[in-house]
Parts: sequence; C-alpha cells; structure tokens
Amino acid sequence: MNSIFYFAAPQRFYPLAGRLIPGLWLAAALLGVFGLYLGLVRAPVDAQQGQAYRIIFVHVPAAWMSMLIYLAMAGWAGVGLVFNSRLASMMACALAPTGAIMTFLALWTGALWGKPTWGTWWVWDARLTSELVLLFLYVGFMALHGAIEDVRRADRAAGLLALVGVVNVPIIYFSVKWWNTLHQGASISPSGVSMATPMLVGMLVMTLAFWAYCIAAALMRVRFIILAREQHTGWVQKTLEAP
Amino acid sequence: MSSWTSLSEFAAMGGYGLFVWGSLGMCAACMALELLWLRGRRQALLNEAQLQAGLHAGMGGQS
Amino acid sequence: MNELSKLSATQVAQPLAAVPALPSLPSLLQGWRTVFVQEMRIAFRRPGHTLAALMFFVMVVSLFPLGVGPEPALLRRMAAGVVWVAALLACMLSLSRLFADDWQDGTLESLLLAAYPLPLLVLAKLAAHWCSSVLLLVLISPVLALQFDLSASATGVLFVSLLLGTPVLSLVGAIGAALTVGLRGAGMLMSLLTLPLLVPVLIFGAGAVDAHQADLGAGAHFSVLCALLLLALVAAPAVVAAALRIAVE
Repeated sequence: MNSIFYFAAPQRFYPLAGRLIPGLWLAAALLGVFGLYLGLVRAPVDAQQGQAYRIIFVHVPAAWMSMLIYLAMAGWAGVGLVFNSRLASMMACALAPTGAIMTFLALWTGALWGKPTWGTWWVWDARLTSELVLLFLYVGFMALHGAIEDVRRADRAAGLLALVGVVNVPIIYFSVKWWNTLHQGASISPSGVSMATPMLVGMLVMTLAFWAYCIAAALMRVRFIILAREQHTGWVQKTLEAP
Repeated sequence: MSSWTSLSEFAAMGGYGLFVWGSLGMCAACMALELLWLRGRRQALLNEAQLQAGLHAGMGGQS
Repeated sequence: MNELSKLSATQVAQPLAAVPALPSLPSLLQGWRTVFVQEMRIAFRRPGHTLAALMFFVMVVSLFPLGVGPEPALLRRMAAGVVWVAALLACMLSLSRLFADDWQDGTLESLLLAAYPLPLLVLAKLAAHWCSSVLLLVLISPVLALQFDLSASATGVLFVSLLLGTPVLSLVGAIGAALTVGLRGAGMLMSLLTLPLLVPVLIFGAGAVDAHQADLGAGAHFSVLCALLLLALVAAPAVVAAALRIAVE
C-alpha cells in the first residue's frame, strides 16, 4: 500500500525517473533501428500504393502516441485534481509538449502520405479535423497553464481543460467507422488484422520505439519541471549545486 | 530477403523519396530538437543555480 | 450613475440568503430565478456591451461579401458558414467578460458561498446572458441572411440551427470564461481554449443549412445539435462551477 504513494513525492520520483531514462533511450534507439529495418528494407512493396505506403511506419505510431499521450495527460491531470498531487500535475505538464509534437508529426506525415496516394495534402474529413482539434487542445492546455501565474491554480485549471477535451479522443478513433472519410479504415481491430505480417510487425516495433521515446522525453521534462518548481527546497539546491 | 537492389534505389523509394524521407526526416528532426531543447533548459537551470550558489558564497564570505 | 447600474455584492447576496436553503425544488427554482432576474436587470441597465456584440456580429457578416465579391451563387453557398463563424466569434467576445465584472467586485465569491448548488446558479447566469445577448444575434440572423440571397426555407433552417446551437456556445464558452477569469489577455486565451471544443457545433450547425440546400434534409443535423445541447446542459454547468472554484480558491 505504501509503495504506490512512495514515489508520489517529487524528491523520490526524481532519482527513479533518472534511472529509467537511459534504458528507455536505449530501447527507443534499438527498437527504432530494428523497426526501420523491418519497415524500409524487409517489408514488401504495397500493390496499390507503391513505396509511398512506407510512411505508415512513422505515421501510425505518431498518431497512436498523440492519442495515448493525451489520455495519459488527462489521466494525470485528473489524479492531480482529485488527490491534489503536485507530481501528477507536473507529469501532465511534462506530457503536453511531447503529445503536441506527436500530433504535429501525425498531421505532417499524413499530409506527405496523402499527396502521392490520394492526391491531396489535406481534406476536411472527420479524422483529420479531429486530429487537428487535438493539436489545438494540446496548445490550449499549454497556453492556459502558461498564462496563470499561480502554479497550483494553473495546474488545476489546465487539468480541468484537459479532462473536458478527452471527449475528442474517441471521436478521432471512431471517426473512420462513424463517417465516410477519405482516411482509410482501421486495419487493426479486435476482430482481426487486414495487413500483411511483415508490415504489421514493423509497425508495431516502431510503435514501441515511439512509445519508449515519448516516455523518455516526458520523464526528462518532468525532472526539469521538478527542479524548477521545487527550487526552494534543500534537496533541489543540493542537486543543482553538485558539480 | 530485401527487395532493394541498390542504395540509390532505396533513396528514391520508387519515386516517392521526397515524401518518405520528408516524413522520416521531420520525425528525426523533431525528436532531436526536443532532446536538445530539454538538455539546453536543464543546463540553463544548472548554470543559474551555480551562479546563485557562487553569489551566496561570496556574500557569506564577506559578512 | 455607476451605483445605479451595478449592484453591489451584498445586494446580490441578500436575496439569495433570504430564501431558506432547503434542497426542495421550489427553493431551487427560487434561487435560479433570483440570479436570472438579477442578471437580466443588470444586462438591461447596461446595454452597451450587448449592443457591441451585436454590432460586431453584423459587421463581420457584412465584411464577407465585400471580401469575396458579390456573386450570388457563391454567397448563397457561404452564407451558413459565415453567419455561424461570426456568431461563434461574437459569442466568444461576449462571454469572455461573463465573469470578469463579478470577479472584480466580489459578486463571484458570494455566488460561491451561496446556499444553492453552484451549477444551478451558473445555469441561471448563462440563461440570462443567452436571453439578453445571444438571442438578439439569433433573431437578427434572418435579416443578415438577406445579404446572402439565402432562400426563405434555408433561412429558416439557419435560424433553427442557431437557436439550437448558440446555447451550446454559451455553455461551453462559459467553461473557457471561468477558467480564464481575472487573467490578463483573458479574452483571446478564452477563445483559443473554447473554439476547438465548439468545432462539432459549427460543423453540424452550418452543415444543417448545407444539407437542406442539397435537398438532403436537415433532420439529422438537428438531431445531433439537440444531442449536443442536452449534453452541454447536463455537463457544462458543473464544469463551469468547478472552474470557478479553481479560479477563486
């Protein structure tokens, strides 16, 4: 019972995160190289889309990460609101920029995939529009947090905003099912997979690589946030002054 | 095994080279920038703290 | 002059405190009515703010034909979107100051301390704001539709879509207003936060007119707008109340 809340203190979480980060970077690098090898070298060419389909190996991981990170961010914000936990709110703040970058990458790679394959950089269908809204939600979260001087009020207000925006994530996910969109339908679902195995494996490995990267980046950022916010405490001052 | 016969073919990606490498390149660039940004901020915080520590030590020594 | 037009915090708190705080329906309705009437009175004593939002709405809508040219076919296609976006922006402008005056003179704190559930009072305040300000935008929209040569039936669909959709704009906009109350640059920030959340309302609101013009019928769009309205009515007041508590602490 005690162990869950043991690391809820910033002072104890800081070194834990520090120990996890190098391993995560290594995992991200190795998985990334392996995934790219599988995706760019081993996977066969697509019958309809040619070599352009290979963008899938970064587009899908980025899109999945953008949604997953938002859910994690809203989750931690909720924990911060309900349990009044400073560290949980700091984690939400740490996740936001990484999530925004993933959303941008999903939109960018999607546009580069869309042009040669479907003839257009952009289309206002449900999935693309709601992914764009997701980017705005991330930016709104960061903007609101930055605009409020009192850090705890900022945490709570931005946290509430994040929770309100959660409703967008199921819309993104189910949009291809609910509407006729230009975006292709789900290839991976509980009922089965409609993708060739080498492509699928490559995509999953790349997803794990992106996941490891995102966690590493978020942990690095939260360590920085902890240092910045807890500057007045003794343990932080000792940490900062140590050469 | 691999379906590529040469490096130039790999780079060209069947004519879609700009799109594929543009995507991968942007991902790599964003990740690298994020990493550098985080490193830079952490370094700035450390530098500022060292400076403050130096100031306090100096003031403490004089009084 | 100012004393007459702006009631003090104690004057607002008094009527609320005078009614016994029983959790019965009549007393809840009494509390709701008190705030609603109070807010309507304040709005009518200071019509400047309401009229400014109205003029902004009219002006933005009128700018579009000047910008894109007077070709009737194009304007007819654009009308719904333009009116909807202008309504969205005018509402955001109007709502950004929803809690600002109350924050400054302490009325907000007395609302939080009142014996009634805060979501109920928030709903009353929003209802008063909608009736006094936003409703005017909706009522004037058919006149603006004339500028775009919209057919009578399409104008009717536009009117109904605005009638259903603008309460959602108020309810969700109030969330943004409550989160940013008292901040510098709150107006811009509030719009930034709220507009992404209002994208579905815009899509289905303007889409209703498009569907009607394409002879597909606006029924489905109206259904979705009703659903959004119900969702907002149920969820938004509680969220606004939580946001106000966070802001006032």
